[in-house]
Amino acid sequence: MTSSFAERRPASLVAGVRAVINKDLLLEWRSRARVNATIFFAFLTLLLFLFAVGPDTHIMAQSAAGYLWLAVLLSSVLSLGESFRMEAENAALEGLRLLPVDPKAMFLGKAIANTLFLFLLAVILVPVTVAMCGVEVQGSLMHGVAILFLGAAAISAPGTLYAAIASQVRARDVLLPLLLFPVLIPAIIGAVKATKLLFAGDPMGDLGRWTALLIFFNATYWLLCLLLFGRVVEE
Amino acid sequence: MKRAIDFGLPLLAIAGIVVGEIMGLWIAPAERHMGDVYRIIYVHVPAAWVALLSFLIAAAASFTFLFKTSWAADALAEAAGELGVLFGTVAYILGAIWGKGTWGVWWTPDPKLTAMAILVFGFAGYIALRNLTEEPERRAAWSAVVAIILAAGIPIVWFAVRWWGGLHQNQSTRDSMNAFMGATLGINVLAFTLLFVWFLRMRYRVAKAKIDEELSEPPEQELA
Repeated sequence: MTSSFAERRPASLVAGVRAVINKDLLLEWRSRARVNATIFFAFLTLLLFLFAVGPDTHIMAQSAAGYLWLAVLLSSVLSLGESFRMEAENAALEGLRLLPVDPKAMFLGKAIANTLFLFLLAVILVPVTVAMCGVEVQGSLMHGVAILFLGAAAISAPGTLYAAIASQVRARDVLLPLLLFPVLIPAIIGAVKATKLLFAGDPMGDLGRWTALLIFFNATYWLLCLLLFGRVVEE
Repeated sequence: MKRAIDFGLPLLAIAGIVVGEIMGLWIAPAERHMGDVYRIIYVHVPAAWVALLSFLIAAAASFTFLFKTSWAADALAEAAGELGVLFGTVAYILGAIWGKGTWGVWWTPDPKLTAMAILVFGFAGYIALRNLTEEPERRAAWSAVVAIILAAGIPIVWFAVRWWGGLHQNQSTRDSMNAFMGATLGINVLAFTLLFVWFLRMRYRVAKAKIDEELSEPPEQELA
């Protein structure tokens, strides 16, 4: 017996990715709890860094790029963990696995949604950082947007994969940063360096090199995590 | 044959280390610029080399596991990952002491140091993940994914830190190293490698026995 149901082909990759992105963004929008809490956490982190350094505006302006990315990185652990915690609840992950959707679509959808969220967070944090640290921005807006986006994407690719692993393990809150931070060190170096050059000016023309490093990091990890994700969520 | 290796390997390794360290500490001449501090390379370099070898084995074994579910490869990856963290930490502490003696700082953003730090911390996470996951299939697949991702990052780390460190000098002592120093270092590297192979064999057996036991256990009865 061949029913129309059995003949239906699995959804295409693009359709699957869009469905997962829509699902995640809709869930965020409906509650807005994660977005609000994470943004305030990021502000708070930024504030704590400034207290830790003291009132020297010169040092604050010099290290502003570092504080910005550390605030994004620390907040990312919360938001990445949350993005899979909701899948672990009510066995939603099992449900996703049963759908005729490639795990690759699940990875891309989740990772793109996480990238968009972290990018938004970084965009909100930049003016606050600039104002609080007394930075006079020298670089162009377009380049700034590109660096923020590349940095957010660099955190999201391994972040999504590791959050998927950590969500299924005991002590996931400790495990996620322990797995994620070592891998992200080169990306953080690249993002901080590039942002610093945008803040303070780039007399030596080094910006292209750090942008290239971020692009290379993204290309490597998006591809690698895409290929490996199936092994992480399979039964 | 197996018993001969079990008995001979540690004997050879310990004898090599004793001979190598006596040569390094008393017979080899002091280095022209660094004086006696340089002698730490006779333990630091072998430990760093063994750590790197160990991480390489862990990554290769993980790769093998993902392609054909081999429990021997999983056990080997577990053993090599742990030994890498052990030897990497030893190399790190010794390197810091050497750094303080020669460059005047405990730590510096050097590509080798940062890459090793990432590997040691990354594989510490790998061990934590293995300890926290009970199911053998999941533990093996997840930790293999983590090991491969760590190994893939090394070239990126290298370039990132090279550019970051700017004009960092290359710590080459080749011009000031005579043939006797080279031979002493060679003996120590060889002895450490033998010691590592001995450790790896023992740790592998423990890991393999544990996995075999887990796999042979009947599935748990669900409570009614």
